[in-house]
Amino acid sequence: MAPASPLPAPLGLLAELTHRCPLACPYCSNPLALEGRADELSTDHWARVFREAAEMGVLQIHLSGGEPASRRDLVEIAAAAHEAGLYTNLITSAIGLDAARLERLAADGLDHVQLSIQDVEPDSSDRIAGYRGAHARKLAFAERVVGLGMALTINAVIHRANIGRVTALVELAASLGAGRVEVAHAQYHGWALRNRNALMPTREQVYRAMDEVEQLRPRYAGRLAIDLVVPDYYANQPKPCMGGWARRSLNVTPSGRVLPCHAAETIPGLEFWSVRDRPLAEIWARSPAFQAFRGTDWMPEPCRSCDRREIDFGGCRCQALALTGNAAATDPACALSPHHALMLELAGQGSAGSPTEYAYRGRAREDEVIPTPAH
Amino acid sequence: MADLPERPRLAPGVRLHFDKTRSAWVLLGPERVIEAEGPAPEILRRCDGSRTTGQIVDELAALYTADRSVIEGDVNDMLADLVAKRLVVA
Repeated sequence: MAPASPLPAPLGLLAELTHRCPLACPYCSNPLALEGRADELSTDHWARVFREAAEMGVLQIHLSGGEPASRRDLVEIAAAAHEAGLYTNLITSAIGLDAARLERLAADGLDHVQLSIQDVEPDSSDRIAGYRGAHARKLAFAERVVGLGMALTINAVIHRANIGRVTALVELAASLGAGRVEVAHAQYHGWALRNRNALMPTREQVYRAMDEVEQLRPRYAGRLAIDLVVPDYYANQPKPCMGGWARRSLNVTPSGRVLPCHAAETIPGLEFWSVRDRPLAEIWARSPAFQAFRGTDWMPEPCRSCDRREIDFGGCRCQALALTGNAAATDPACALSPHHALMLELAGQGSAGSPTEYAYRGRAREDEVIPTPAH
Repeated sequence: MADLPERPRLAPGVRLHFDKTRSAWVLLGPERVIEAEGPAPEILRRCDGSRTTGQIVDELAALYTADRSVIEGDVNDMLADLVAKRLVVA
């Protein structure tokens, strides 16, 4: 028997430092059941996770949340990632991260800042974020980041309330001095799935927005890198979610559970291991949740015999579960999925926009929605 | 197509890193990990904003005792690609 090919090491680790966040964006990918402060890992825990991650081959750490600045020890945590030799990326809303702490982060080796922007219009931005005055503070923060000579990415999640202003969002990113912008069509997990009917754009809106991005690329070549997260619900091919399950990256929740992707806890029956109990390398290699959909052996048809099975890895397990009830099904974003028509139908229903209220992240129980002012 | 910078340097947030696990040089940037193969690390470590592209070509030609015109083509192609991705800037 040929020896099993060695397990490739992960390249990236998403560190969800906390689920606390001053904002309440309805498209948040965090789970509906948010973890509390009392369960969060300590600074020392995170430092150990970063050392183990670097040792096993991780190159980049993404400090995320929630809002990572909601942790008072953010500077110490970021410094620990840098000391471990990792490329350190901070994903932030800017709220709660003042000039003094930003300067300390820059001095301690933070490599890159990714700032979320909700819209170009302050009123609309603040309404989406559920936080008055957020937009103005974000613009001021971006200026400070660039002023410190740091690399800045603007991340704009695209949905029905802002999809008509994609070009203006990219122009705003360029005017703020960002080197990169992510035009990220909403991905329907967690709170975004809960809010799908209030967020879903129409097919026409999506196509127009995609065209706009393609026209912007040559205009900004060499000045602003434009990355696109494509909208699954109107796609014909699935995304290679996470670059393949348990293949390139891993995610550590605020309390230390290690997930193959941020939404993996929605899949019933998966057993997740914690960095409190075991070394990261052992979790990566042996944890039942990572083994569940690693490689191609788990695949049903039409994936199993598909020549794209090692390109898209069957797409997203969490989306397959959410839409078909079976996490091992082909992602319905694929035109070959028997559930593909259902996905288009759900998109059509959602974009018809009956509910316009958001269930604000962390503020609404699952059974209630908060009305937002008319657009 | 963006013009080649006169004195190229790595963009903010971009750095060359030796990956011990995979025994390979990699260029790390925002949401980017690019393996730097062959002569790429020697080119990238010279993109420091002080050298002109011509000086980089001269140094590489000397380092590899290779034909300058061949090296020039390789360096220009690589820099054009990295400039378009905004990993190298003026």
